[in-house]
Amino acid sequence: MNKDAFNNVLKKIPLHLVIILIIIIWLIPTLGLFITSFRPVSDINTSGWWTILSHETTGDSRFTLSNYIDALVGYRGTNTYLEDCAAGTQSLDLKCNVSDILNPRGMGRAFVNSLIVTIPATIIPILFAAFAGYAFSWMHFKGRYILFAILVGLQVVPLQMTLVPILRVYKTLGLNGTFLGVWLFHTGFGMPYAIYLMRNFLGGLPKDLFESAYLDGASHWTAFTKLVIPLATPAIASLAIFQFLWVWNDLLVSLVFLGGTTPVMTYQISNMVTSLGAGWHLLTAAAFLSMLLPMIIFFALQRYFVRGMLAGAVKG
Amino acid sequence: MAEKAISPVMKQKKHVPWLYLLPALIVMSIFIVYPMINTIRLSFLNEDSTASAATDCREGQPCWGAFENYRYALTAEIDGSSFKAGWESFWLSSYGNMIKWILVMVTGTVVIGLLFAVLADRVKYEALSKAIIFMPMAISFVGAGVIWKFMYNFGTSETQIGLINAIITAFGGKPVSFLSTIPVNTFMLIIVGIWMWTGFCMTILSSALKSIPEELLEAARIDGANEFKIFFSIMVPIISPTIIVVLTTMVINVLKLFDIVYVMTGGNFGTDVIATRMYTEMYKNFQTGRGTAIAVVLVLAIIPFIYMNISRFIKQEAER
Repeated sequence: MNKDAFNNVLKKIPLHLVIILIIIIWLIPTLGLFITSFRPVSDINTSGWWTILSHETTGDSRFTLSNYIDALVGYRGTNTYLEDCAAGTQSLDLKCNVSDILNPRGMGRAFVNSLIVTIPATIIPILFAAFAGYAFSWMHFKGRYILFAILVGLQVVPLQMTLVPILRVYKTLGLNGTFLGVWLFHTGFGMPYAIYLMRNFLGGLPKDLFESAYLDGASHWTAFTKLVIPLATPAIASLAIFQFLWVWNDLLVSLVFLGGTTPVMTYQISNMVTSLGAGWHLLTAAAFLSMLLPMIIFFALQRYFVRGMLAGAVKG
Repeated sequence: MAEKAISPVMKQKKHVPWLYLLPALIVMSIFIVYPMINTIRLSFLNEDSTASAATDCREGQPCWGAFENYRYALTAEIDGSSFKAGWESFWLSSYGNMIKWILVMVTGTVVIGLLFAVLADRVKYEALSKAIIFMPMAISFVGAGVIWKFMYNFGTSETQIGLINAIITAFGGKPVSFLSTIPVNTFMLIIVGIWMWTGFCMTILSSALKSIPEELLEAARIDGANEFKIFFSIMVPIISPTIIVVLTTMVINVLKLFDIVYVMTGGNFGTDVIATRMYTEMYKNFQTGRGTAIAVVLVLAIIPFIYMNISRFIKQEAER
């Protein structure tokens, strides 16, 4: 290594230190949650998670999976689910067989509910937005510009403003506590951003492509299904990730429209936080379970996520 | 977009565009436009929306007539007995807290985000380090709430299992019950917000920084400008439009903030923000009129920033 290169490396040391320091600060909270979720209850409450390797464990092992099992089945006792089932002292709502995974108090059931809420609430708005985005980019009609501006402007209406009237409408229609109600609400609310993103993307497709398709006698419907949908896949992917995470992570909407009858993961956790009876061992495991899917999606599809964010920096 | 010519071969029957727009227009009118109008109407009615809000007025109490709910929304948290009491109660009200949130969180996310974007640009592990800062964006506020509640955990026994209190006691300090100690608790919640949203600011600012031509920076370096000078007199002015977009977007996000406070303190111990207060009035106290009035106040607070974002959008469209 010559002297100049060495000096360059030396000059960069403070830079690396600052970056690494910020990274560590950002990672530590999540790391603490992750480690704690694998520790036995007695250890969690008597020593900090950062001492996991040095601290004498009070149980059989420093690591355990029982927090996850307890969280999944909704066990709330003082031992663990497996111990209680082995001793036959489990509470009445547990059967100690595989059906416990769908116990309404557990995260297993909440995971299923979250999926049922999220998947249609992601697909429907994207479909609607693709139609609208196509009309806004490639069709002639009066008031196109002003209508688009109004729709995009609606992006900034806060969710809180719409809850009460919708709740009343749902009450008369019997949609309270139903999945359909939540799907429709998320569809309506996801629409402005979805249309904005779709139009930006579809409007950027080459004009010649459409001209030649129409000259060949293609109708708008053919152009839409055969040209636009395949070409818009990257935009659809960005949008899908955004909407999926938005719905999956939402608390307020599921709190108001679903509540405790069909709890989703965020509801279940917030319930565990605010009510007593769930210790750190359950909370950390439950929180990590709820973060699992978003984390996988985020790290696998980060490119699309960032693109979606840059395309429309305003999300209601 | 208005000027963008669409060639004549694409002309279609008049009703066709509306068929494509119809699903979107229907759901948006039902779920955004109608509730917005209805919320405004409800805010002028009493608690169960059976009569005008003016009927809630009591003899000998201040009354704003039909605007009674707005009187409640704006003044109920303020102790009007003396100027000093009013000042102090304001800073613990949802409005005072909102100001703290906006000042600290928006500054924090933008400054750290910009700093990190500039620094990470110079190292080989840029992608990985940015992914780590960005990761909290993918998790829910509820999950983040649990993570940070654990960080802030306050134990009455000798061993502290919350990292922050463990550090404080290791240096001989006294542990603090962060979430119930006024006024430090609001700032502890704001830290969670900064942790979650810095990645958002960083990503947008980073892509703006990357669009600055490298020759420009090189030329300045050859002229002898140091890195600080380059940052403040070249980078910041060039990306200032993006900085403003990020600022307004962040202010809107902060004004609407609900989950962090709801999960971590439930708005207790003087940590209420506008959205949690609205939720309490609406679903705990069943005061629909007051709850909707607070929602309208929230929208009025957001309108200037909506205006800024829309005028930017119109400008952008004109340049397309």
